[in-house]
Amino acid sequence: MADSPIAVEHHNPALKHHFADMEQQRQASSLGMWLFLATEIMFFGGMFCAYLIYRLWYFPDFAAASNSLDITLGTVNTAVLICSSLTVVMAVRAAQLGKRQQQVIYLALTLVLGLAFLGVKAVEWTSKFKEHHIPGPTFNFEGSIPSHPDQPVDQHHAQIFFSLYFAMTGMHALHMIIGVGIFSYLLYYAWKGKYTPEYHTPLENSGLYWHFVDIVWIYLFPLLYLIDRKK
Amino acid sequence: MATAAITAERENYLNQEYGIKSWLLTVDHKRIALLYLLSITFFFFIGGFFALLIRLELLTPAGDLVQADTYNKLFSMHGMVMVFFFLIPSIPAVLGNFLVPLMIGAKDLAFPRINLLSWYLYIIAGILMLHSMLTGGVDTGWTFYTPFSTAFSNTKVIEAGLAIFISGFSSILTGLNFVVTIHRMRAPGMTWDRLPLFIWAHYATSIIQLLGTPVIAVTLVLVVLERALHLGIFDPTRGGDPLLFQHLFWFYSHPAVYIMILPSMGVVTEIIPCFCRKRIFGYKFVALSSISIAVFGFLVWAHHMFVAGISLYAALIFSALSYLVAVPSAIKVFNWTATMYKGSITFSTPMLYAFGFVGLFTMGGLTGLFLAALGIDVHVTDTYFVVAHFHYIMVGGALMGYLGGMHFWWPKISGRMYPESLGRLAALIVFLGFNLTFFPQFILGYLGMPRRYWQYPPEFQVLNVLSTAGATVLAVGYLLPMVYFLWSMRYGKVAPDNPWGASGLEWMTTSPPPTFNFDKPPVVTWEAYDYEHIPAPQEARSGG
Repeated sequence: MADSPIAVEHHNPALKHHFADMEQQRQASSLGMWLFLATEIMFFGGMFCAYLIYRLWYFPDFAAASNSLDITLGTVNTAVLICSSLTVVMAVRAAQLGKRQQQVIYLALTLVLGLAFLGVKAVEWTSKFKEHHIPGPTFNFEGSIPSHPDQPVDQHHAQIFFSLYFAMTGMHALHMIIGVGIFSYLLYYAWKGKYTPEYHTPLENSGLYWHFVDIVWIYLFPLLYLIDRKK
Repeated sequence: MATAAITAERENYLNQEYGIKSWLLTVDHKRIALLYLLSITFFFFIGGFFALLIRLELLTPAGDLVQADTYNKLFSMHGMVMVFFFLIPSIPAVLGNFLVPLMIGAKDLAFPRINLLSWYLYIIAGILMLHSMLTGGVDTGWTFYTPFSTAFSNTKVIEAGLAIFISGFSSILTGLNFVVTIHRMRAPGMTWDRLPLFIWAHYATSIIQLLGTPVIAVTLVLVVLERALHLGIFDPTRGGDPLLFQHLFWFYSHPAVYIMILPSMGVVTEIIPCFCRKRIFGYKFVALSSISIAVFGFLVWAHHMFVAGISLYAALIFSALSYLVAVPSAIKVFNWTATMYKGSITFSTPMLYAFGFVGLFTMGGLTGLFLAALGIDVHVTDTYFVVAHFHYIMVGGALMGYLGGMHFWWPKISGRMYPESLGRLAALIVFLGFNLTFFPQFILGYLGMPRRYWQYPPEFQVLNVLSTAGATVLAVGYLLPMVYFLWSMRYGKVAPDNPWGASGLEWMTTSPPPTFNFDKPPVVTWEAYDYEHIPAPQEARSGG
């Protein structure tokens, strides 16, 4: 066995000193990312838990409040996010095949879709402001229970729905904003040709993050927008 | 074999680079461990200062030193600083950071830059915490119970909440780094059943950090949002449920106790075989008991809420599950004892701390069973019995382990020996001071003295005076190691590579280790704690 710990063979410049080889480095990064996503599940899990309890307690009021959300915008946003997950996968694939130009295009598309999602979200939130659906002293929700139109909605319970709505979509949007930041960074370095078939771990791991944020929305959409929808 | 003089001069992680920048921008896990050591020591003394003021106020039955409002802030900030800025990072971020790569034969943690980031997050959180304390403080207790924290307290709840939120990120990143490192960076031959049990303990701890911390993070975010933006999730006047807050809070904060105690158990499991010159008794049981403590720890949180209005059936189930935690804990205690049986025991400083740990942890654990029993819990909830119980675990357990570990690995960290006889004296003072401080509190609590009050009926005074006297002794016991550790860095005897004749890869490199830990990547061909084949060093064992 040779005494020198330094390998003489081909040495990838992206290999950090404390890893033995690229494979070990890639596996470590990947495991790290999955663990991080596990912490994210627990983070959102706390809010999902709160949601579950209040939805069971105050179902009719939750249904009424949910029906007031704009289902068209919500559906469009769901479609936008699913498409963005597709473009992320395509960008990773392009990196694996060493196609720089395609990589750049798909990353740019992802960014556009992410920003579109945030734009639609901003429109929705603005209308909530106008309708006084923001929790707090000015909160006012007019309406009745969908299944019993003669029964008015409990203001307090509707307020809990909107508290959860803003906490959950707000945290989700914050993750989207961070994602947009990460993907701008990736776009710049993809443009520079940093990600090759041998080394594109940042792309892969950021992709995992993006999919995760996407999946959170896939749960948020039915839970918030589709309670007891009749039409 | 290198002689001592050559060892002192050779290049190591301490002398490879000098200057403030080489420390603040370092990605070396050993240097980051020292950065953490400095910062948590700073916060330990701040938390200790609050503790001292609390004990001084309780010297007399009347509320004379501070007023009720100030007292509320004192115990709140004592708790927040000690839990989030000292105990949670203590062993993992200092000893774990230093030792995990060394013990498994790696050059560094898997993500060195994330490791540095976690220290910076800790510092940012610490500055925010300090700022909140200097500009008015917090009075919610470390538990932030709603609706007091969201609707009534007019202190710096938002700032303190955000500080703890950020420190949580630091804790998560440390845990994440450890899990990945232990999975992916082990040296050839370092299989899972050859890992030192310190590593197993840190693995279990990291799992809790990863899965528990995000829950308190989101809980504090919701509290902050409720205060700042008037959400109503925990507001009973709008149909929100304060009990939900308690569930979410304790879902993290109960397992957090195991973040504090498990690494300490890991330390003790390294010390005992070394100073008994024996293989650990029941390696697999000790390893798996760490994991099962981590798992059971997630299933018992509602035993903090027996009198909060949860259903009787829920309480019964949580009570039964809490008893289950005693099983893996007892396995550890029995296995440590069995390791000592017929061992050739040296009463060196680390071993004294280990003895202290085993005894005090056992008392803390057994009184924990009292509290898990519904009937007794109703009687002693929110009394000094609870205070005494968790201080036996956190201070008697976690802190004793931390100090024991600091002494055990100090030669490796600094390259110098601490003065052995002073070390033994300090260990003795800590043990006596600790018991004098907290044992009377068991009696006080059983007699009905409630916690978190700044004055009390005169019949409780004798025991309170004893407790305050003990706290003074304890303070001396903590200051002594501070002083002689600093002294030893300059004047201590130069440490050999393996002063204790200990097993483990960290002792096979130089003291202090080189920046990349090993001159040659190690290959492991032996079991852990192979003490039958390691000679005991005569010089160090006779004491210094």
